[in-house]
Amino acid sequence: MDTAARTLVSPARLRRPGARRVYWAIVALVVLLFTVVFTGPLYWMVTGALKSGPEVAQIPPTLYPQHPQPGNYAEAWTALSLGRLLLNTVWYAFGALAFQLVFDVAAAYAFSKLRPAFGNALLGLMLATLMIPSTVLVIPQYVTVIDLPLVHWNMLDSPWAIWLPAVTNAFNIFLLKRFFDSIPQDLMSAAAIDGAGPVRTLWSVVLPISRPILGVVSIFSLTAIWKDFLWPLLVEPSADNRTVNVGIYAFSQGLTQNVVIAGAVIAAVPTVVFFLIFQKNIMSGLTAGSLKG
Amino acid sequence: MDGAVRLDGAGLPARAIPRPAGAALRRRLVHNLTGHGFLIGAVVCFAVFSWYPMVREIVMSFQRTRRGVTTWVGWHNYVRLWHDPSFLAAWRNTLTFTLLALVVGYALPFFIAVLLNELRHARGYLRAVVYLPVMLPPASALLLFRFAYDPSQAGIFNYLLHAAHLPTSQWVQSTSMTQPSLVIAATWMNVGSSILVYLAALQNIPGELYEAAELDGAGLLRRLWHVTVPQTRLILSLMFLLQVVATMQVFIEPLILAGGAGVNDSATSVVYLMYQHAFKQNDLNGAAALGVMLMVVLAGFSVAYARLSPKQD
Repeated sequence: MDTAARTLVSPARLRRPGARRVYWAIVALVVLLFTVVFTGPLYWMVTGALKSGPEVAQIPPTLYPQHPQPGNYAEAWTALSLGRLLLNTVWYAFGALAFQLVFDVAAAYAFSKLRPAFGNALLGLMLATLMIPSTVLVIPQYVTVIDLPLVHWNMLDSPWAIWLPAVTNAFNIFLLKRFFDSIPQDLMSAAAIDGAGPVRTLWSVVLPISRPILGVVSIFSLTAIWKDFLWPLLVEPSADNRTVNVGIYAFSQGLTQNVVIAGAVIAAVPTVVFFLIFQKNIMSGLTAGSLKG
Repeated sequence: MDGAVRLDGAGLPARAIPRPAGAALRRRLVHNLTGHGFLIGAVVCFAVFSWYPMVREIVMSFQRTRRGVTTWVGWHNYVRLWHDPSFLAAWRNTLTFTLLALVVGYALPFFIAVLLNELRHARGYLRAVVYLPVMLPPASALLLFRFAYDPSQAGIFNYLLHAAHLPTSQWVQSTSMTQPSLVIAATWMNVGSSILVYLAALQNIPGELYEAAELDGAGLLRRLWHVTVPQTRLILSLMFLLQVVATMQVFIEPLILAGGAGVNDSATSVVYLMYQHAFKQNDLNGAAALGVMLMVVLAGFSVAYARLSPKQD
């Protein structure tokens, strides 16, 4: 971390004795405030789920569970069939990731390095979809998915209904293409002289250099599928096929508060663990997409 | 590729073209076919799930399907929507949500990022903490907020307000507080990603600019206004576009926090109304008309943005 970088407040000013004290007071205040605001609700969730039925509805609320009931978590696990929901979501998310990596990487490589005829026109048409978010198109997309044109295939309740539409991620293609553009042509020519065809060049030259951007794209694709709501709500209507995000909402009707909250906690655990593991990549990924390259 | 080459040889009038040109042409054709081979997967997916639905939504909005028979009905679906009592409420709510979310979710993270950028300690911790809610499944976070918004004092928000001797609120049970309640929850869930994007932009500002401004006698606020803001102008304007487009699609917040419509349609959003028409009233055509309206509004906004926004140079 570049602590020496000059920012809004000058370092000389910070070194004055009075300013030092003010600075530390601000640090303490910010840390305290942010911890309360952003992790307070998480604390409330985890402990609320441990309370008994009467205690969770009690006025005034208790700050910590008087008689912790870990059984609530077990009850939520079965009542919300969380094992099933989590497995479904993992299957959808990694399948969608695989399709995106194959098709979007291939497309970005073609746009960047192979540059076939009409390539730019197709790229333009893909990027134009960035202006029209998919939520706006759910109705015709749904109609298309229940009766695929020409082949009349009904994808409803199958993972394909999530996997294939996930490929239409123009932002991924944009990020990948921009990264591939930065790979020097010399490297490509060298591979060609060695007799490598386009597939081999992509596999042994381009992909190994592109690990950082592939990591970014993968993390954001997985998170997007995990957090998506409206589309899986529509195309995976059977209780057996729901994603965790849809399932905990759909199954929560009629359950008691402590059990619902316990379910919400369990549903959040995989993403929080994922975040703690890939924190560095996620942070650097946030800048990859937004800053001028 | 074998088939492609043969097709090339058979399809070209080989005798009419001199040999070298024929070879070059064949090479170009093979090259193009290879390129399109790499593109085909993505292009088919875009065609089926993106480009075709765009056209189909417009077509559907001018049709009506009854008992399997589809007829053209002109602007009928749009007129019907106009007479839907929830229609104006849905647009009003969506615009209110977008505007409120801009006030809290757009300006606030910028100032938080400026503040965090000044701190020399606990940087990693603060970043992780603000981003944590972004990683939660939205339904998890919103179920929690649903209980926190309980209008009695069993809800943690009212309990805290009461403990601080402040007036309590009916939250999503009150027509005037519904949209602010949705915005608070949405902001808590999403503010972390904006903060981190701004932080990254702030770190790219060359320190000499601040030094030069300081030598010129610019105070803290002037440095903020004349150095920080212009230096992050591009990212600020891009985030503005992304935020408006994202918040206009609000759906899960009203659905989970207020059961969809809320009290007297105070929660109904445009996308929720679209969902209602399509899947509760069995009116896919009306829903498509609503989708077209939202598409026109968002595309119009993007075009206006592209014309007015600062150019990258």
